[in-house]
Amino acid sequence: MHVIERDALTALFVALRQRAFRLLGPTVRDGAIVYDELASPADLPQGWTDTQDGGTYRLVRRNDAALFGYAVGPHSWKQFLHPPTVRLWQAQRDGQSFHIRAEQPEQARFAFIGVRSCELHAIAIHDRIFLHDAYVDPVYRARRENLFIVAVNCGQAGGTCFCVSMHTGPKVTQGFDLALTELLTGERHYFVVETGTARGAEVLQDIPHRAATAAEEEAAAAVVARTATQMGRTLHTAGLQELLYRNIEHPRWDEVASRCLTCGNCTMVCPTCFCTTVTDTTDLTGAHAERWRQWDSCFTTDFSYIHGGSVRTSARSRYRHWLMHKLATWIDQFGTSGCVGCGRCITWCPVAIDITAEVDAIRTSEHRAAAEGKNDANA
Amino acid sequence: MPRQRKPKLAVWKFASCDGCQLSLLDCEDELLTIAGQVDIAYFLEASRAVVKGPYDLSLVEGSITTPHDAERIQQVRRASRFLVTIGACATAGGIQALRNFQDVQEFLALVYAKPAYIRTLAHSTPIAQHVRVDFELHGCPINKRQLLEVISAFLHGRKPHIPPHSVCMECKRRGTVCVMVAHGTPCLGPVTHAGCGAICPAYQRGCYGCFGPKETPNTASLSAWWRHLGIPPSRIVRAFRGFNAYAEAFRQESEVHAKQND
Repeated sequence: MHVIERDALTALFVALRQRAFRLLGPTVRDGAIVYDELASPADLPQGWTDTQDGGTYRLVRRNDAALFGYAVGPHSWKQFLHPPTVRLWQAQRDGQSFHIRAEQPEQARFAFIGVRSCELHAIAIHDRIFLHDAYVDPVYRARRENLFIVAVNCGQAGGTCFCVSMHTGPKVTQGFDLALTELLTGERHYFVVETGTARGAEVLQDIPHRAATAAEEEAAAAVVARTATQMGRTLHTAGLQELLYRNIEHPRWDEVASRCLTCGNCTMVCPTCFCTTVTDTTDLTGAHAERWRQWDSCFTTDFSYIHGGSVRTSARSRYRHWLMHKLATWIDQFGTSGCVGCGRCITWCPVAIDITAEVDAIRTSEHRAAAEGKNDANA
Repeated sequence: MPRQRKPKLAVWKFASCDGCQLSLLDCEDELLTIAGQVDIAYFLEASRAVVKGPYDLSLVEGSITTPHDAERIQQVRRASRFLVTIGACATAGGIQALRNFQDVQEFLALVYAKPAYIRTLAHSTPIAQHVRVDFELHGCPINKRQLLEVISAFLHGRKPHIPPHSVCMECKRRGTVCVMVAHGTPCLGPVTHAGCGAICPAYQRGCYGCFGPKETPNTASLSAWWRHLGIPPSRIVRAFRGFNAYAEAFRQESEVHAKQND
């Protein structure tokens, strides 16, 4: 472990820019902490935090100058690695024939600043889907290959966070080049730095740093340990997959459907939801056509449109499909849960539908039914 | 592929502000291409030169508000192979459908010196309530990109790509911070048909519902949340009674709250 002082962050930005990286990270815009271009550490949300609950997010001033003193916001890194709208190819009519011009995805050099542990797990899930299966997504690969990740251990949990339940945080454990823990003690403002790759260690050489003392390492460990105790939400995962499979016809799905707007916000903000739709367009003359790919959502009826109509017409079937995929069938499909416990779907649901509460309701009803069954047997 | 003859396009106006027709004239860069692909046979907003019907594609703007127009739309339908309604007036009755919630005779007495000369219907109604409509393009006004898509799709015999999902999807794709979640601003986006590109939230305003109800709109749940945000029933009524007040989902929701006191 190493230590860099607060002022050395500028040197980190310079070192990354010298290596031709485009720096992206948290910044304040329109009343929220979003991910965008960073010119210097001055663009970071210094002295800001957030309060979050179902359907509610508010930016709040901190009483210190912390740079990473907040939970995750409305954006996720997927907007850069798996962009919302991509043109795949263009076609031009040529007499009775036509020729196709494929888009060559540009090799990006992103450096993400301030990636949280839950987000590293989300990126790992996308790596699995887009890079490690039979079909590699060239758009994702071109943006992922050179990616430099400066991770941050969370100094506080948000009101909708539940990474502890999902075993995805708050401590950064994998998939980073450098990992920072921010520490503010009276006059001192510094970061304990862990290197995750040789590339990270090489960048660190360009920044004023020194070895961390045992006390500093302990202080950093205490920060994440404290954050782990502050989770705003809990999701009980024991036997979760079987619980959901047993309850495909549970009345709770109707109850949540009465509140669900089928607006698709949960899927758009989810860092692991990856579905897209592909659309062909023609111009007025019919001489030119284009194929576009866009983020799609299982909450639209078009998503399940097949010959004869949409398969999931009710809100019940759409919400159930989403939750079941995220927490159960994802495990069968990809070997991990599709949920990393970031809480975005809870905060950014316009009517505060809470994935943890929905699962709880089903679990509790089973317990109640079991208890009643026991009472009946005793009677 | 060479065509036998260019399809004939007609643009019709009923009770409306002309804004949706103007969207066609607003296609400045594409207008010459359109003129190259179709025979603009009837478009009084653009030209007095009129070619007789029948027409291959009719774009119909405006709602039905007079007995005369109720007749005329039948003639338009008979003269049209494809009939596409454009805008909130034609698809939902428009802002003038606010009369549907009141007594139109009272308006007549207030507005006109000699109301006896005015022949008007009690309700402003969408075109689809009178004749078969092949496609409805929503919006107040319509989006010109979507209009070009509808015309292109017609020319090439394919289905137009006009997604009926929420405005939220457009907001999220462009990275806009949700005004309802982050600011507590009431927004109709979650129940409103996409198509505008989510303009208002990008300028920190709630969605006004210009494109009318989306597919499967859950207006009751959204209203319940607005009440939780402290919005009184009278404001909820006004929000749903905008340009698409008479669209079924919005009409029903406004009527629920119109019965309640603040």
